[in-house]
Amino acid sequence: MKIVVLVKQVPDSGLERHLSSDFTVDRASASNVISELDENAIEAAMALADAGQADEVTVLTVGPDHAVETIRKALSMGPDKAVHVQDDAIAGSCAVTTSAVLAAALGTLEYDLVLCATESTDGAVGGMAQMLGARLGVAAMTGARKLTVDGQKLTVERQTEDGHETLTASTPAVVSVWDSMNTPRYPSLKGIMAAKRKPVTTLSLSDLGLAPDTVGAAGATSKVVQAEPRPPRSAGQRITDEGEGGVALAEYLASQKFV
Amino acid sequence: MDFRLTEDETALRDAVAEFATEKVAPVIGDYYERGEFPYDLVAELGRMGIFGAPFAEKYDGAGGDYFMLCLALEELAKVDSSVAITVEAAVSLGAMPVYRFGTDAQKERWLPRLCRGEALAAFGLTEPGGGSDAGATRTKAVLDGDEWVINGAKCFITNAGTDITEFVTVTAVTGTGADGRPEISSIIVPNGTPGFTVGQKYSKVGWCASDTRELFFDDCRVPAENLLGERGRGYAQFLRILDEGRIAIAALATGLAQGCVDESVRYAGEREAFGRPIGTNQAIQFMIADMEVRAHTSRLAYYDAAARMRAEQPFKRYASVAKLHASNAAVDNARAATQVFGGYGFMNETPVARMWRDTKILEIGEGTSEIQRMLIARDLGVG
Repeated sequence: MKIVVLVKQVPDSGLERHLSSDFTVDRASASNVISELDENAIEAAMALADAGQADEVTVLTVGPDHAVETIRKALSMGPDKAVHVQDDAIAGSCAVTTSAVLAAALGTLEYDLVLCATESTDGAVGGMAQMLGARLGVAAMTGARKLTVDGQKLTVERQTEDGHETLTASTPAVVSVWDSMNTPRYPSLKGIMAAKRKPVTTLSLSDLGLAPDTVGAAGATSKVVQAEPRPPRSAGQRITDEGEGGVALAEYLASQKFV
Repeated sequence: MDFRLTEDETALRDAVAEFATEKVAPVIGDYYERGEFPYDLVAELGRMGIFGAPFAEKYDGAGGDYFMLCLALEELAKVDSSVAITVEAAVSLGAMPVYRFGTDAQKERWLPRLCRGEALAAFGLTEPGGGSDAGATRTKAVLDGDEWVINGAKCFITNAGTDITEFVTVTAVTGTGADGRPEISSIIVPNGTPGFTVGQKYSKVGWCASDTRELFFDDCRVPAENLLGERGRGYAQFLRILDEGRIAIAALATGLAQGCVDESVRYAGEREAFGRPIGTNQAIQFMIADMEVRAHTSRLAYYDAAARMRAEQPFKRYASVAKLHASNAAVDNARAATQVFGGYGFMNETPVARMWRDTKILEIGEGTSEIQRMLIARDLGVG
């Protein structure tokens, strides 16, 4: 089976992040890293490769020049090759237009399974697997905490708020994963040194047959018009126990739908 | 002329730093308190290829070099020295003698499992009656037919008694040289060989999660082919191994010194006294600035020694300079960091307390600071 894993370079969520004046993510001043959940998608692919169930793992990313750092990081975990879609006109894309670029890029690749994170740590839109499924005309199973492959049959445990659902689909399909699925491996020294020898194909919009005005800020279906910093945390509600503290606590939790 | 790391070196450093912060830091305090060897961390570092860092891929090594090992040691030691010394001893004392001086058969037999971190090996040089005076080896090995018969004892041997230790390379007197001095050779002794007893773990001041043992040889017989390299070359072999090892210990000491800086910077910003963070006091600022100077210059010193070694230039003096300077820096920084932490720094639960306990040995192990000064002076032609 051939697997394509989607990865995205994002500003480090552990450090201070900013928006540019046009309310897009300020990637220039940020310390950019691989979106954390993408490592779980890579791990899922490499676990299948280690088990002999995948014979080729390709990393696919859309991003500026420096996204190549994230490609190297991804390749150091074991995938065989990478595709980097890079075009100045892509800047400012919304999730919908990004999915058009990814779908076009996937159209140039052979795949049985597309793995991605359920959401990125920057935009956290959480809709890429669904949009790709629709664009490619294949099943999209999202929010997976477990994935098993039996020939052409994929079985997914989909994590929900109440527990999980079991879904099945046949290949080709898109599966998005949560971090509950696995613990990503640390890159090995051998993997790090091999990463720079692995092939990275760079594709532009014209390679994909996409018109520049259909993507990027020009083609975006949504636009951020205002952004406010998160308000400071409020002081919270204090319950003083005068014999009825437990009742007050229970009522508060019930009012917040915790119990 | 600079010391910028390559892309690979940066990626390795980052990966080990992530591992140290995410996997080692949360658990190592408990291992340390219990004096327990962290097998799971060793296994994970094995999968990452750290134990095979400087070795060729045909032995399941990573095909990197000694400097990469040093970078990994520095990152580990920023968080903890027990794991760092376990790796250092496993690679530069356990596997390296076989890699440098072994026959093809010895390398093929022993190295792959060592490179994968599935097995450990140790180097038995120091004896109860001779540390710095390594030429005063008393352990004897006599060739009886096609077997060496070994008698004697070794002490302070790292990694000699873990569940996954496969052998110890032991230096022993095998005769008298033409110059009348003892002829010393290195012999591989597999763990479990009759007559080879591994003693109890020492109770140590520091490095408490690492394995350190006393070894006893009582008519211990191993095949003649277990001789490592040429007979009578033992002294030259361990001098080479110790020269390299000093760069690795310098890297480890640099990590500890830097760990003290990092912890102190964090704490100086958090801890308040007299209504403001203690970092607003110049007394604390200057202490931390001095710590940074020591950590940074230690790093430059070991980078330089490693660069000379990589370029196959003479590096002995520079390895000693790096080891001496970095171990001084580690001791000074741990003392200063403990001072920044105040009473908390005296509590074993804080990382700087562990760092303080782990520093003293750096002025002793793999050549004392006095030996380093002696070597530097001798190399300068003094005395």
